[in-house]
Amino acid sequence: MRGVRKSFNATVALAGVDLAVAPGEVLAVVGENGAGKSTLMKVLAGVVRPDAGSMLLDGRPYAPRSPRDARSGGVAMIHQELALAPHLTVADNILLGAEPARGGLLDRAAVRQRARAALAELGRPDIDPSGIVGSLPIADRQVVEIARALAVGCRVLVLDEPTSSLTAEDVRHLETLVRRLRDRGHAILFISHVLEEVRSFADRVTVLRDGATVGGGDLADVDDAAIVAWMVGRPLRELYPRSPRTPGEVVLEIAELAGRRLPGSASLTLRRGEVLGIAGLVGAGRTELLRAIFGLDPVRSGALRVAGHAGPASPARRWAAGAGMVSEDRKAEGLAVGMSVADNLTLSRLGRLGPPGLVLPGRQAAAARRWIDSLQIRCRDVAQTVGALSGGNQQKVAVARLLHHDVDLLLLDEPTRGIDVGAKARIYAVIDELAARGRAVLLVSSHLPELLGVCDRVAVMCRGRLGPARPVDEVDERVLMQEAIGRA
Amino acid sequence: MTAWLRRLGPLAGLVLVVLLFTVLRPGQFVTPANLEIMLLQTAVVATAALGMTLVIAAGGIDLSVGAQVALATVTLATLLAHGWSPSAAAATTVLTGAACGCLIGGLVAGLRLPPFIVTLGTWGGLRGLAKGLSGETMVVAPTTWLNDLLTALPPEQRWMVVPPGVWLTILLAVAVAALLQFTVFGRHVLAIGSNEPTARLCGVAVDRVKVAVYALASALAAVAGVLQFAYLTVGDPTTALGMELDVIAAVVIGGASLTGGRGSVAGTLIGALIMTAVANGCTKLELPNWVQEIVTGVIIVAAVAIDRLRRRDE
Repeated sequence: MRGVRKSFNATVALAGVDLAVAPGEVLAVVGENGAGKSTLMKVLAGVVRPDAGSMLLDGRPYAPRSPRDARSGGVAMIHQELALAPHLTVADNILLGAEPARGGLLDRAAVRQRARAALAELGRPDIDPSGIVGSLPIADRQVVEIARALAVGCRVLVLDEPTSSLTAEDVRHLETLVRRLRDRGHAILFISHVLEEVRSFADRVTVLRDGATVGGGDLADVDDAAIVAWMVGRPLRELYPRSPRTPGEVVLEIAELAGRRLPGSASLTLRRGEVLGIAGLVGAGRTELLRAIFGLDPVRSGALRVAGHAGPASPARRWAAGAGMVSEDRKAEGLAVGMSVADNLTLSRLGRLGPPGLVLPGRQAAAARRWIDSLQIRCRDVAQTVGALSGGNQQKVAVARLLHHDVDLLLLDEPTRGIDVGAKARIYAVIDELAARGRAVLLVSSHLPELLGVCDRVAVMCRGRLGPARPVDEVDERVLMQEAIGRA
Repeated sequence: MTAWLRRLGPLAGLVLVVLLFTVLRPGQFVTPANLEIMLLQTAVVATAALGMTLVIAAGGIDLSVGAQVALATVTLATLLAHGWSPSAAAATTVLTGAACGCLIGGLVAGLRLPPFIVTLGTWGGLRGLAKGLSGETMVVAPTTWLNDLLTALPPEQRWMVVPPGVWLTILLAVAVAALLQFTVFGRHVLAIGSNEPTARLCGVAVDRVKVAVYALASALAAVAGVLQFAYLTVGDPTTALGMELDVIAAVVIGGASLTGGRGSVAGTLIGALIMTAVANGCTKLELPNWVQEIVTGVIIVAAVAIDRLRRRDE
């Protein structure tokens, strides 16, 4: 691709992107949210057409007019949200839209055989072609989707943040698979936020900022600091600020807590002015612990006091007691993406925005604007729907809701997952400010450097059991990871 | 700005329809008398559609509105026939409607059943109840002031401009619009329709709000039933057959999303008026009934398609 440009009305989405990927190579494309990665993908996939610039595929001009066009040209997208028909079998999904037929009748044997061949090429002959896709784990569904691209003869694969919903182990499997494809001469574009993954998956990197290529090179030659500097356009100062914090009264106390979906038991004490981190693998029960604390899931046994309140829990009571939660699943639970920024930001506390029972739009907008300014949420105005914002800005809205509510206890479930470095830095700064002002934060994260950087104490959860919380200077990533996989 | 354009969409449609019939039937379509008739014809559907706007904004649906209207006419006529005062009978009818709504909302929220299924059940059940209550015949009731709600105004009451039933619809519309726009309850309704888990996470009492929404909607359907009774002057268990579809169509033409989170009272009223105008205009053009039905169908699909196109840029 050379000098590819695209504007939507007045917004320039792509202002000159150059990139090239060779067969047998994995190219990582990184950039903050809003840097133009998704538009670039849409151009590649034929969803939108560029205004200027040229694209060549195998030396010939490439100008797909539809995703179908792109696919028959040999370019396949594997999106974050997988596009599979969950009720159909693996084989039916792999050959969807390219079914071999004999005289108008579906050739079932050929479908199965070609599906099996595609899965074998991926080194996954263990996936049953006649299994129902909906009953496969997420990681295997991803394999099915990649197999579909191979089955129709695609040679350029674009993987859009393929690891975002995978466990650490599945990420390693995917890595093997990507290498295998690379060694077989496929060209792979790997879109990601996570620098560690970029290093382990890719050979070269291209960095986008504000719709243009700003840097890149062989990963052997560039260090992380350089990549981050390209991404944010300036050297990043302290990513994890740390103000003086003084622990105060206890705001959260749980003892031997077990919930309906939380198998083991958990005990912890959290004081004002403290940030307590919970490490662990996906599926260890961390989200379930937060949900039980917040009254979203029923508690089965054990004691639980939030800001001095014991007794039956519901999210409404928790908010009233001064606790707030940011959900790990931004789109499905965290935010009403069809509603405005102002509505999302103020939803938990609509009182005081007018006479009792009423919401005055002017006051609601003013309340929202305050947090939009202080968190630097990039949006057109308070009435813009949240779904139109970038992931990082959406997450800032979810966090801002807790600030608007002025809670004492913040339950944050993977608050920085899938968001860009700039937004991450902003959220870390907010956590630090809150702790310094005597608020308590319970932070669940799978990103160990983040836990060690932000928290005062860290506890590890493994198979539903929460270990003891220790000061961060007594642990390191290796210790935490060993405990997380149950080898302490 | 865009919010205004959105509201203008259905209005532009209404203006277009009115202009079209004015040109085709000059001096017959836009006359004071015909306008009054159209408002009378719209009042029942529009009132029921106010409740449906709330239900659809909350991400639900109510297929049993027609049955509820019929049940209300029967209840009201029966009470009047038993010598109840008109106001007591009307109030009881509306309360009965609210009780039906509590039942629907309770089943939807309590048993976590899809509203489509629950109200498919009440669609048959409440219609059956109306038939049982009336002994499957028309219920004759004494004439009271209720019957004046939806009759053309006599000359000495011209000062009211439109009949009292139409005023009632307008007042209720203003109330429902304010409820949706300016109250905490309204935000909660929209939040549930937009994303129920988010509403729950934010401490919204989802189940209670849902029951309240269906109760309000069914109370409004009962008010529509009172108006329908005024129009018919009898209680009729078979009236308003298929009205639920007109009601849903009015809401959808008005720009609400069937997946919830979006609904406009002004849009709903315009939607109801568009359908009346088309029906009335086609009659004035002496077009057969089947043409009118095809035109209405085309308008419903076109309205939603245009709405989609306008939204694509957002």
